[in-house]
Amino acid sequence: MEQGKLKEYWKINLSYLISLLVVWFVVSFGFGILLVDQLNAIHIGGFKLGFWFAQQGSIYTFVVLIFVYVALMNRLDKKFDVRED
Amino acid sequence: MDVQSLTYTIVGITFLIYIAIAVWAKAGSTKEFYVAGGGVPPVLNGMATAADWMSAASFISMAGLISFMGYDGSVYLMGWTGGYVLLALLLAPYLRKFGKFTVPDFVGDRYYSNAARTVAIICAIFVSFTYVAGQMRGVGVVFSRFLEVDINTGIIIGMCIVFFYAVLGGMKGITYTQVAQFCVLIFAYMVPAIFISMLIAGTPIPQIGFGSELVDGGGFLLDRLNGLHEELGFASYTDGSKPMIDVFFITFALMVGTAGLPHVIVRFFTVPKVRDARISAGWALIFISLLYTTAPAIAAFARYNLINTVSNQQYSELPSWFKTWEGTGLLAWADKNGDGAIQYVKGDPFAGKPAFTGETGELGQRLVSNETTTDNANELYIDRDIIVLANPEIAKLPAWVIALVAAGGLAAALSTAAGLLLVISTSIAHDLIKKQLNPGISEKSELLSARIAVAIAIVVAGYFGINPPGFVAQVVAFAFGLAAASFFPVIILGIFSKRMNKEGAIAGMLTGIIFTAAYIIYFKFVNPGMNKPEFWLFGISPEGIGTLGMLINFAVSFVVSRLTPAPPQEIQELVDSLRYPKGAGEASAH
Repeated sequence: MEQGKLKEYWKINLSYLISLLVVWFVVSFGFGILLVDQLNAIHIGGFKLGFWFAQQGSIYTFVVLIFVYVALMNRLDKKFDVRED
Repeated sequence: MDVQSLTYTIVGITFLIYIAIAVWAKAGSTKEFYVAGGGVPPVLNGMATAADWMSAASFISMAGLISFMGYDGSVYLMGWTGGYVLLALLLAPYLRKFGKFTVPDFVGDRYYSNAARTVAIICAIFVSFTYVAGQMRGVGVVFSRFLEVDINTGIIIGMCIVFFYAVLGGMKGITYTQVAQFCVLIFAYMVPAIFISMLIAGTPIPQIGFGSELVDGGGFLLDRLNGLHEELGFASYTDGSKPMIDVFFITFALMVGTAGLPHVIVRFFTVPKVRDARISAGWALIFISLLYTTAPAIAAFARYNLINTVSNQQYSELPSWFKTWEGTGLLAWADKNGDGAIQYVKGDPFAGKPAFTGETGELGQRLVSNETTTDNANELYIDRDIIVLANPEIAKLPAWVIALVAAGGLAAALSTAAGLLLVISTSIAHDLIKKQLNPGISEKSELLSARIAVAIAIVVAGYFGINPPGFVAQVVAFAFGLAAASFFPVIILGIFSKRMNKEGAIAGMLTGIIFTAAYIIYFKFVNPGMNKPEFWLFGISPEGIGTLGMLINFAVSFVVSRLTPAPPQEIQELVDSLRYPKGAGEASAH
């Protein structure tokens, strides 16, 4: 593949990575740890929200993040024709 | 049938299944032996990865730890799942494209250096061995409690089973056995959780149940638990007591360490394509999440059940499980105030682990000779490891559920042990013998030496399981910190920075691992008396220091690489080729 297109493919990949990793950080380290006391003021059912993010919500988000990344990259691979047969 | 014969039957059936799979999936080539021929479908690979990942510690100890730590236990929940996001996004697809068998392979080739390869081999073997010794111990514990054989006999039986399918089948045998083991362990974990959730919260979904109202009308479970904790002097269940910075650093070290563990990374070499490597990590995390989102629910239910069952109850009126576990020595009661009832509040009941005198008190309790503490009123000693194993008994579940938990614990320990043993044997046969000592070795002799290496590794691991050096338990947790401080930055930089060269990588790995190891050794072994928050660097405990080691590694690598020549042209081209999937061949040795 030509260099220019490869560079563009890589740049888009990096922008996906950065946005997804920001979500990864905010949900676990942000909601689950740094902001836990503030969020704990909010109750959802029997859960304090910060506690829920630390023990449940962050894990669900991790799963979603991976599948979003897989879908984005599969589309990108096709668009740039770098998909394996 | 009674619990005993049910346990024998269920454990026996699962073992027969594992052996049958091993015979069916016998490895014929080194490629099948190291990476299962690179042909495992992503969903099955995800299951195998999950079984590999969830060890005796996840199955037996984790819910118990959370039960006693409350919110602080979140470090394990987030730490041991969040790393899969890093794996799927930053590591797995590129390493799969690279197409070699092992992490030292990548480090050696990307940094065009045998010295870097050797450092990586040593790290891989060290990390895997500390880990595997803990697994053998877990096997022994389950055998001795449920089959009532001696703990050493239990370890030897476990060694024989692993020996059989790891030596015969290699990665191929291990992968398909792990698929079966995953099914056994997740079933065994979920069934009691669902039963207990129904009993306490009236819903079959434990993840919802622990945020629900109690069936007996005492309000929300977690609120009630906080109330009980306050009454008894414990830290609030949903707030915990660790400083925030330490929670942050420990979670980060566990996440990054997960992504840097050789036995996890190697999993992504076993799938056919780069896009399979991405989605494999997703499947693995789904399967892992089933257990990891259930664990905090079990923890809360168990905590509630435990406090309700024992607190201020007369010893003579306690249910029979209390006495059964007292018999194992993992539970002990010292009636300090002589009222015949159990006071369970914050504090240690006596100094150290219980030393039983062999005599029984007037109520039939086993007496201990430990010096009792006088600064608190607590009378109960309870080992955290019994929570998951005793949970079905505490909740009065049927005997077959108790037998199932035993089979699940064994599946968790055996599957992890097998995966680790394979990494050790690959490191020795492939990275060391083939790549460094004897490059001309034939495929057949390499396969033979890999099998011999597994066999020796099993015997060594079993030895450490039977005679655990005092440091094993402590070191297992630190394997993550060391992996975080050494492997993770080198691999990331190897993919995302073309400018990174061998000088930077070696300097970074060495400073990262030496700093981390020195900090841990100082506080855990040289000067354990100072292992307190006021002496820690920035308030970071030895468990969390790997995060700082990783940052140092990144910084040193960056600075050194900018001061030394850029890597050769062909390496920069290699990095380019890692960055897009097309043209990934099958995993190969060359």
